Amino acid sequence: MSEIKIISNKNIKENYFKMVLDASGIARKALPGQFVNIRVSDGTQPLLRRPLGIHRVTGHQSLVTGIELLFEVVGDGTRLLSQKKAGEYLDVIGPLGNGFSVLGSRFSVLVAGGMGVVPLLFLAERIIQGTEKRNKVNPVVLIGSKTKNGILCAKEFKALGCDVKVATEDGSQGLKGYVTGLLEDVLRHYPLPGTRYPIYACGPTPMLKEISRLSQEYKIPAQISLEAHMACGIGACLGCVVNTKEGFKRVCKEGPVFYAKEILWS
Amino acid sequence: MYKGLEVKIGKLRLLNPVMVASGTFGYAEEFSDFMDLKKLGAVVTKTITLKPRPGNKPPRTCETPSGMLNSIGLENPGLNRFVSEKLPYLKKIGVPIIVSIASEGDSREFVELAKCLDEIKEISAIELNISCPNIRGQKSEGRSQNVRLVSQDPKATYAVVRSVRKVTKKTLITKLSPNVTSIEDIALAAERAGTDALALINTLLGMSIDTQTLRPRIAAVTAGLSGPAIRPVAVRMTWEVYRKTKLPIIGMGGITDTKSALEFILAGATAVAVGTANFVKPSVTIEIIDGLKEYLNKNRIADIKSLIGALKL
Repeated sequence: MSEIKIISNKNIKENYFKMVLDASGIARKALPGQFVNIRVSDGTQPLLRRPLGIHRVTGHQSLVTGIELLFEVVGDGTRLLSQKKAGEYLDVIGPLGNGFSVLGSRFSVLVAGGMGVVPLLFLAERIIQGTEKRNKVNPVVLIGSKTKNGILCAKEFKALGCDVKVATEDGSQGLKGYVTGLLEDVLRHYPLPGTRYPIYACGPTPMLKEISRLSQEYKIPAQISLEAHMACGIGACLGCVVNTKEGFKRVCKEGPVFYAKEILWS
Repeated sequence: MYKGLEVKIGKLRLLNPVMVASGTFGYAEEFSDFMDLKKLGAVVTKTITLKPRPGNKPPRTCETPSGMLNSIGLENPGLNRFVSEKLPYLKKIGVPIIVSIASEGDSREFVELAKCLDEIKEISAIELNISCPNIRGQKSEGRSQNVRLVSQDPKATYAVVRSVRKVTKKTLITKLSPNVTSIEDIALAAERAGTDALALINTLLGMSIDTQTLRPRIAAVTAGLSGPAIRPVAVRMTWEVYRKTKLPIIGMGGITDTKSALEFILAGATAVAVGTANFVKPSVTIEIIDGLKEYLNKNRIADIKSLIGALKL
C-alpha cells in the first residue's frame, strides 16, 4: 500500500477513462488478471476501496514504469476517480489476486464483454511476448457490447497483431448478437477442428456462464475472470465468495481468475 | 517499552489498548503484508465454531452510506482446522490471541469449544460471540421464545456465560449485540454470570434494496451494519454500559482513527477494537496506536487509563 502519483487521467470517450499511475513496484509484480484496490476518497463516503483490473503495464519489458487503468464511470466511486488529476496521489494496494495462467499454446481465444477488455489487453501482450515466433498463430480476440460505443480497445488489440472480431447486441458494429455467438463460430472452425487451445474470458456473468457451457461442450478449458463486490480485497472479510465445486472461494484471493469448470453457477 | 498505553482486560495485560474486531481481520496472516502485526494490542480471530461452516450464499456484502452491510454467516474451518491450520501462525506473532467462538445450537457447543481452547496455553482469552445477527436462531436453556440471539435475552446470556465460565479460567469476554432495548440489562446478566469483560457493539441489523432488480442487496436479506455510520450508537452504548457495570469494556463500532478511538475510551472503554476500517486501510490500527501515544505526550498524560470514562458532563 502506498501513495502513488497519477501521471495522467484522460476521458477517452463518453464515460470511459484511462488513468496512468507512476507505480513501477506494482508494475514489476503485476500479472494479467490481477487487480489493484484504490481508495477514492479520504473521507468515509464512499467508504470502501474500488477494485480495478490492471489494463496494461507501461514502459518496456525490461524497465516498467507504471500501470494503466481503464474504467467506466458507473457510480460514486468511479465518478470521484474520474475527477482525479495528473500530479495528485492515490492510495493504491496491489497487485492483488490470482491472474490468468498464460499457457504456452500456439493459439488462444480471448473473449471480452464490455469492460472485460481491461485485463485481456494486458494478457494479449504477455501471450504475444511469450510465443515463439516460428510457431505463432496470433490470438483471436472477440469483443462484445450492447452497442458500438461500448466496443473498446479493438485498435489496441489489432496493433498487437490479434485477429479481432466484434459483436454488438443492436448490430451497430460487427455481428448482431452476443459475443458468445462469435466464440461458438471460432470453436467450430478455428484454427483446426479438434485442436485444444485455451479460452480466456472476462465480462458479465451471463456471458461467462455461457462460455462455461461452451467450454464444456467443446472440451476446451476456459479461464474466466469474475467480478464481485469486495469489502477488503485481501482475503480477510470473506465477502466476495463464489460457489465452486470445492465450496466457497474468495474472488479477491483465489480468484478473480478461475477455471470455468470449477464454478457452480446459480 | 512505552508504559503509558498499557491496560488490563481481566487477567490479560495489553501493551496497548488497540485490538481488532472479530471477523474483520481473518486470522491475522491476511494482514501480514501490510503492517507489523507485533505492534497490535491483541488479535481477535474470526469466530470459530465446533464444526466447519460454509457460510451464507453470496452476495454477502454491500456498501451503505459511511458503512457496509455484511452477512458472511460465520464461515470458518471449524475448531480442529483452526487449531492445525490457523493457530500456528497466530502463535508466532507474539501478541495476545483472543479466540472468538460461537454456537449454532445450544450452550453445549460453547462449553465444548471453551474446554478445548482452555488447554492451549498460547490462547490468552476467549470471546463469546453471542451476538452475530447472521446465523439462524441459537437455542439455549432459559431463553424465552421468539428471541433471535442469545445476547438479546438476559437469561440466555447468563446461561451461556455461566456454563462457559465453569470450564475455563482464561479471560472471558462477552460480545454484546446493539439490537436490544436495554444493553445494560444484558451487560449486567453477563457480569453476574462471571464474564471478565464486555465487547461492544456487534453489528446493527440492517437491510438494503436494489431498486433496479427489486431484490435485497444481500442474499440473506438482512445483514449486519458496520463502519463509521454506527459509531454514535456504539459510543452511546459504551457509555451506558460503563455507568452500570464494573467490567472492563472493549469498545468498537466505526472506529477509523485516533479521535474516534479516544471517543470510546472517554465514554468508558478500557480498550478499543478496529473493525471495518481494516478493510479500508489495512494498517489503520498502527496509525491509531501511534496517534494515542502522540495524544498522551501532547497533553502530558502519563497513563491512558486516566482517560477511561473521563467524559465531562
